[in-house]
Amino acid sequence: MNHILSVLVENKPGVLARVSGLFSRRGFNIDSLAVGPTEDPEISRMTIVVDADDLKLEQITKQLYKLVNVLKISDLDPKDSVQRELVLIKVNVPSNARAEVVETANIFRANIIDVSKSTLTIEITGTADKIQALEDLLRPYGIKELVRTGKIALARGKLAEVTNGK
Amino acid sequence: MRITGAEALIKSLEMEGVDVIFGYPGGVVLPIYDALFDNATIRHILVRHEQCAGHAADGYARATGKVGVCLVTSGPGATNLVTALANAWMDSIPMVAITGQVATHVLGTDAFQEADITGITIPVTKHNYLVKDVNQLPVIVRQAFQLAGSGRPGPVLIDIPVDISKAEIDFKYPKNFTIPGYKPTYKGHAKQIKEAAKLIVQAEKPVIYAGGGIVKAGAWDELKELAELAQIPVTTTLMGKGVFPDDHPLSLRMLGMHGTRYANYAIMDSDLILAVGVRFDDRVTGKVSTFAPHAKIIHIDIDPAEIGKNVPVDIPIVGDSKVVLTDLIAAIKKLSTLHADKMGWYELIATWKKKYPLHYHQDGVIRPEYVVDKISELSKGRETIVTTGVGQNQMWAAQFYSANKPRSFISSGGLGTMGFGLPAAIGAQIGRPDALVFDIDGDGSIQMVSQDLATVAANKLPIIIAILNNGYLGMVRQWQELFYNRRYSQVDLNVGTPNFVKLADAYGIKGIQVTQVEDVEAVLGQSIESREPVLIDFAVAREENVFPMVAPGASIDEMLGGIPGASLSQMIDEEEEENESYPIGSCRE
Ligand SMILES: Cc1ncc(C[n+]2csc(CCOP(=O)(O)OP(=O)(O)O)c2C)c(N)n1
Ligand SMILES: [Mg+2]
Repeated sequence: MNHILSVLVENKPGVLARVSGLFSRRGFNIDSLAVGPTEDPEISRMTIVVDADDLKLEQITKQLYKLVNVLKISDLDPKDSVQRELVLIKVNVPSNARAEVVETANIFRANIIDVSKSTLTIEITGTADKIQALEDLLRPYGIKELVRTGKIALARGKLAEVTNGK
Repeated sequence: MRITGAEALIKSLEMEGVDVIFGYPGGVVLPIYDALFDNATIRHILVRHEQCAGHAADGYARATGKVGVCLVTSGPGATNLVTALANAWMDSIPMVAITGQVATHVLGTDAFQEADITGITIPVTKHNYLVKDVNQLPVIVRQAFQLAGSGRPGPVLIDIPVDISKAEIDFKYPKNFTIPGYKPTYKGHAKQIKEAAKLIVQAEKPVIYAGGGIVKAGAWDELKELAELAQIPVTTTLMGKGVFPDDHPLSLRMLGMHGTRYANYAIMDSDLILAVGVRFDDRVTGKVSTFAPHAKIIHIDIDPAEIGKNVPVDIPIVGDSKVVLTDLIAAIKKLSTLHADKMGWYELIATWKKKYPLHYHQDGVIRPEYVVDKISELSKGRETIVTTGVGQNQMWAAQFYSANKPRSFISSGGLGTMGFGLPAAIGAQIGRPDALVFDIDGDGSIQMVSQDLATVAANKLPIIIAILNNGYLGMVRQWQELFYNRRYSQVDLNVGTPNFVKLADAYGIKGIQVTQVEDVEAVLGQSIESREPVLIDFAVAREENVFPMVAPGASIDEMLGGIPGASLSQMIDEEEEENESYPIGSCRE
């Protein structure tokens, strides 16, 4: 099962390497990882999506907590959190199909952010389902390149429940 | 006061109470060695290989309970230290390692003797630091010692670029500091402790499984009190050896791959395991899916990540084992319920002990077990520390040396590092100059570090190096004998192994070769009395095996060997008839 871990870490050099190294070395799989500073420049938030059962998730959080630079971990409940991902998709579009693709993008409230003779680059944010749906519709045209930020998420309303450990 | 970073480092170490550093100099640590040159408080022990600086600091820490400190140069000096860090990491040993680094302005340019040692050692340190601002140096030292020695201890590395060592600061050792992401739990959960107490009182077949965590917490008195209060048999891990006297009537000695049959049987038959300061390592559990099938498990450990990692646990208690055991004893005393009748359990264990004692054969050749047995006997009553190599020598030492005091048995557990024995003995002897220190070692293991006989000689350390010389990488040979059809691939050391007596002599150390079983006792006795370094080369039975043995992947009650009278060096079933034709040497319970 996929879990979204929201991990507050000290914003120091090497912290990303410590966290990602821990995952690979202990055989935990990262689906996605997004990182950036929070409202406090000394603290960064990592949003890590992992595919793990309960036992494995417990090991992951416990091992993460052992890293001295890790301050707080929340396992975000999908129902009680808002999640977004941003994806840029560069699609092959012959001029006769351009209108069609633009229309599809509009339906998804995606933005066209770059146009060339034979391509359109589309920016979409949203949930995984929505992004997947657009990707599926665009695939027949030929997706030339695609980049995603990885999921970012915040708990709704009050603060997220912190998993025990520290 | 304006001083250099190097001087600030030494002052900070003084503030931490450091009295000895094990190290080896080089280019980028010149400023630090210069600051050490006329320092009167801190003694520096010059080793002959950086790995030994690390292991010696490790041995010092294990023998004294203090944080061990080592100091090496950048690049090859630092990479030579990696094995020692990994060793300390696996066994949770408090250590601070200081490495020099190239100057900050050339970091990342593949400068001469640059190695990314903080990157390299992330997986084998509790934490590490690259100092980029000399003003941070004192607080980093403070934090490093705090991290290394508290919670679940471990090695911490501080990497100091040479320009940082030369830069000047106004030195003030920080009094107050915080490590925001570090808050070990010491006190156990009261409700869980109460539950545990109830289970303990109700259990009919309880066993205590005690490990290195008890050494770190200094909880051996509490362990003994609890075991005696509730009359629970105790088995210890390799790391826990000594936390409960091997000679105690409740002792089951060591469990696991080369544990006693009775310890393993007790675990497998028990209805309650009280696991304290242990991590259910695979060398202890054997096949996990069949481990202790009837037992409820109470697991006390300061590291929450160890609880439930390998084996599901019924009552997890995160906390310091001294604090938790104290509370647990109080909780048991408070219970008004009568303790369950354990007579049947004691009788069963007594039968096993009688039927399957640790034993060895005596037939005119020097059996390695006999040498260890004599060391154990002759050192009785003295303050003794035994360190070991890795392999058969280590397992015989664990089986036949009776450790009755904590910090008296020092061995590389988690990493199984050949070459640990000699430098660990050096560290232990320096930390406890009055102790009688034995390094029970293998002919293979000691050749990994024999250059540090120089350190023994230079410091006149009265260590007794007892090499159980079988001319083989014996433990590997044993596996080849048992599981690879006796195809002895690359394990014969006879050709090329030095004459150890001459080797010792070359270093100015007394060397003695013992080839006759009659001489073992006398030579050991004289060596103990001499209080000078001695290397004894015991020519032991070449193809002796360590038994009992749990085959890899087997359940821990499926053991090979270890039945008195049964045939030697063979896969032995429990059902196999006892064969009285083999003389039994010494039998011990
Ligand atoms: C550094 C290192 N290399 C390899 C091994 C694998 N290994 C484990 S035991 C052993 C043989 C040890 O030989 P020796 O020191 O002579 O001890 P013996 O088993 O003969 O008592 C080896 C090679 C190891 N544990 N450590
Ligand atoms: Mg050998």
